[in-house]
Amino acid sequence: MRIALFATCIVDAMYPATARATVSILERLGHEVIFPAGQACCGQMHVNSGYFKEALPVVANHVRAFEEDEYDVAVAPSGSCVASVKHQHAMIARRCGDAGLEARAAAVGRKTYELSQLLVDVLGVTDAAAQLGSYFPHRITYHPSCHGMRLLRLGDRQLELLRSVAGIEVAELPEAEQCCGFGGTFSMKNADVSSAMLADKTANICGTGAELCAGGDASCLLHIGGGLSRQGSGVTTMHFAEILASTLEHPAAVTGDVRLTTGRTAQ
Amino acid sequence: MSGTFLGMPSLPVFGIGNLHEHEPFPKAAHRELGNTQLRANLGHATRTIRDKRLAVVSELPDWEELREAGRAIKESVMARLPELLEQFEANFTARGGIIHWARDAGEANRIVAALIRDQGADEVVKVKSMATQEIGLNEYLEEQGIAAFETDLAELIVQLDHDKPSHILVPAIHKNRSQVRDIFLREMEGVDPELTDEPARLAAAARAHLRRKFLSAKVAVSGANFALADSGTLAVVESEGNGRMCLTLPETLITVMGVEKLLPAWEDLEVFMQLLPRSSTGERMNPYTSLWTGVTPDDGPQNVHLVLLDNGRSAALADEMGRSALHCIRCSACMNVCPVYERTGGHAYGSTYPGPIGAILSPLLTGITAEENSSLPYASSLCGACYDACPVKINIPDILVHLRGEDVDSKRGKKRLPSQMDLGMKAASWALSSGKNLGLVEKALPLGRLAAGPDRKITKLPGIAGGWTQSRDIPAPPGLSFRQWWDKEHQAPAAPPAATGTGDAGTEENP
Repeated sequence: MRIALFATCIVDAMYPATARATVSILERLGHEVIFPAGQACCGQMHVNSGYFKEALPVVANHVRAFEEDEYDVAVAPSGSCVASVKHQHAMIARRCGDAGLEARAAAVGRKTYELSQLLVDVLGVTDAAAQLGSYFPHRITYHPSCHGMRLLRLGDRQLELLRSVAGIEVAELPEAEQCCGFGGTFSMKNADVSSAMLADKTANICGTGAELCAGGDASCLLHIGGGLSRQGSGVTTMHFAEILASTLEHPAAVTGDVRLTTGRTAQ
Repeated sequence: MSGTFLGMPSLPVFGIGNLHEHEPFPKAAHRELGNTQLRANLGHATRTIRDKRLAVVSELPDWEELREAGRAIKESVMARLPELLEQFEANFTARGGIIHWARDAGEANRIVAALIRDQGADEVVKVKSMATQEIGLNEYLEEQGIAAFETDLAELIVQLDHDKPSHILVPAIHKNRSQVRDIFLREMEGVDPELTDEPARLAAAARAHLRRKFLSAKVAVSGANFALADSGTLAVVESEGNGRMCLTLPETLITVMGVEKLLPAWEDLEVFMQLLPRSSTGERMNPYTSLWTGVTPDDGPQNVHLVLLDNGRSAALADEMGRSALHCIRCSACMNVCPVYERTGGHAYGSTYPGPIGAILSPLLTGITAEENSSLPYASSLCGACYDACPVKINIPDILVHLRGEDVDSKRGKKRLPSQMDLGMKAASWALSSGKNLGLVEKALPLGRLAAGPDRKITKLPGIAGGWTQSRDIPAPPGLSFRQWWDKEHQAPAAPPAATGTGDAGTEENP
């Protein structure tokens, strides 16, 4: 299969290891990964902040970028960005009166999958240890991000993939389905409420005794990880793609700088 | 109502009364978050109701179909509201009831006060009602020299404490039982000074207090949960039976109801009587459901009035994206699952309608530009828990985003300095609308690494970004973005591996 990677802007700029892990997983399964060069961002920050006019060129760019190359499906390591592509892009085009873009955006949306959706529903991956060689000998806990859970109905796909990694120990996170308080610009506009939500989330994470909290959205992990760091907890965060990409030969490290190979030749 | 013809009212007529935030939500929330007792009470109470609701909802195999039916019925009501209102009016009137139409809170208050005075009364007993909270009826009646006694236990607690409700179903959710005991000891006439905070003792004290009012009141004021167009019937759904006392004992019954409460037919109750109790109190069935159709000679109230209230509902109905907020049946499931409400409580929302539904309904009724209501649609992380819990499937997150768009657009073109958010969004729109632009911005990532310093984290940012760093660090950015790494990996092998000066610093890092 020819798979177009939508890295998402936050992963591209801040967490490149997550995108590299995504490439590594898909290549290990024998698929070809392409990276449409025109891509930038899903525009969700603009949309969710009410800046529809400013969102339009961002949405239009995404649609254009994912129309240029031939591919079977597109994938992003983010429930939130995929939900935006699937549920918001056509709406923004409609509101801005661009019926042509609305139809094209819907077409791109239909071909776009969140990573665990693609792995489980399309590529049939249910046992990461057996099918991907995933190995991660650590105690983790897992936060299901809101948009993946409620807009994409990912269910336990990410969690079940993590449970199937060799050597892993998954501790249940109390009140896991409660939002971490990120919410994009909500974390700045309503910083006090957001911080109160985060405090409860990090307390629940630390209470599990896990070394790290895994999740499927870099933005939520940036938020949770930022709180854990500020509190000096020693607990960190990691995207589930990096855990799936971790192998016995090239293990992902948990503390400090996470070093990770992509499955390509080590440099 | 005025007897002088003033011409057709201009549309939209926005709602007035207790629908306004008087300070921006973040400021109100900041204050409420500082109240640790409030947070403990709310956290405990919302968690309890949440669990009860989940248990009774999950035992129904057709819950999702019921939600869909509820949504569809409400949508059809909104689509033919004028016709249904006229049908209801004809049936209600034929059975001896009298209908009054109120364009806004002011008109409704004046109508109710005049009806009470017509009976020569200077006090009324009240059934718990959101519509009368919304129009500020108690305050208005007090100004007119009429005392209104709340008979719902929690409303009574709030009223005795000279406080405001903080939840639409459990208005005293922010009080615990020892606080309730203190209020009763302080404010309740003839209360036993030995009163303890045992719930049964508190209920008995309230019962004795209320019984005196029920037996003496000549007029009762209520709201209504449903109105059935095909028979002209009104319905009140409650737990305590105090509403039933008000609806049956006094000679005169005045009901105030928003026009959106209509249902087409009696059989539609089947759907809503399954949805409402489970979503609100987490019960399979509420203890008391009272229905009345006009006047029954020599049985119950002999003067039966209904004030049909618009107060911004037509304006909300005119908003194609927002109109489904009028489907709300006031169950409060959305606030019980909302992580923002759970931490701030209801007072932070200013309006009678707090929580997620309030954050959309209040600005829809008043217009987004009214007072500080433009801050309400931002009082959400858009986690979506409210939409999942809503028994009539109001897509609250989508309407929040829609109203944010209305707010931003309403400020465009106004003479004012652009906000930091405006400037940031504009810059981000440029950076994120092409891969090339984002690539250019990513060239500055090393600057971020520099700013992060040796501990590899950024702990303080200026301006609105300071909201982030008040409780969170930002990790040092990577040496190479994914895009840069990909280009390096996939560039033509012709180029010799020339020293770049940075070596491969950062290529394997994920700070």
